[in-house]
Amino acid sequence: MASQATAWEGGSAPYAVPSKKLGMWLFIISDALTFSALLVAYSYSRIANPKWPTPFEMYPAVTFSTIMTFCLLSSSVTMVLAVSAAHRGERGAAVKWILATMAGGLAFVILHANEWLHLIHSGVTPFHNPWGAPLFGATFFTLTGLHMTHVVSGVIYLGIVATGFGRGRFESMDVEVSGLYWHFVDLVWMFIFPLVYLMSVHMG
Amino acid sequence: MSEQHGNRIYLTVWFWLLALTAVEVFLAYKHLPVHTMLVLLMSLSLVKAALIIAYFMHLRFEKSSLAWTLMPPLVICIVLMIAFSFPDGLRLFDMRKG
Repeated sequence: MASQATAWEGGSAPYAVPSKKLGMWLFIISDALTFSALLVAYSYSRIANPKWPTPFEMYPAVTFSTIMTFCLLSSSVTMVLAVSAAHRGERGAAVKWILATMAGGLAFVILHANEWLHLIHSGVTPFHNPWGAPLFGATFFTLTGLHMTHVVSGVIYLGIVATGFGRGRFESMDVEVSGLYWHFVDLVWMFIFPLVYLMSVHMG
Repeated sequence: MSEQHGNRIYLTVWFWLLALTAVEVFLAYKHLPVHTMLVLLMSLSLVKAALIIAYFMHLRFEKSSLAWTLMPPLVICIVLMIAFSFPDGLRLFDMRKG
């Protein structure tokens, strides 16, 4: 601190966080609203349609989506461990934990792609499905597709951060900011999983 | 910063998140009535979201002005979306049913 600049001169940090972190938080809030809008659109279509399909069996669909939830939750834990290793200055350990996080994300994507293929083979397209309200496919694929896009970009983002941090080009704050993004992707799934899968378990 | 609390708290949070997920899956297995399911699942998911935001995303340990700036607008916008669309969805449901 060179001098006691006033708040108007940019001298104080009202949130006491670096601007990278504040930027990521603002992105997360706007992205959270995008996902909320898609979840509300899905729920609106579902409420409005008496013949909404409930195609998911406890096995395989719910079992696999539970394993996917486990993958994401566990990858969040490995991510916080990466962040705390990074802040302690243990670069090797941090990179190792980030790689574990990426593995969890990849497992999620593979299982989810498998789930998509299963639905596509049963005849679900964006505007048609064999069971009832045609909008099921459109809302389902948009919602889970955007989430899968976030997981894939998250894995790429973490790969870049791991490489850069390992080589000493990034600081521990960059790891923490990428961690914020990763936890957000996990957080969104905590709403998609119950609303899309658990609420649509096939009856009888 | 994270040096002040050990990694143990994260593992505890992870355990609770997994436990709450197990409860959710069990509820789905029990085939409860759809309204009961919705209320229970959303309440559990809100608890899980709060745990993730507070501990994994570290918001509990930031200056409180950050949380007060970020969270109320988010909550208000989501509540508005729900308040505008769900009554209309129910209206359509009643029209189509009859």
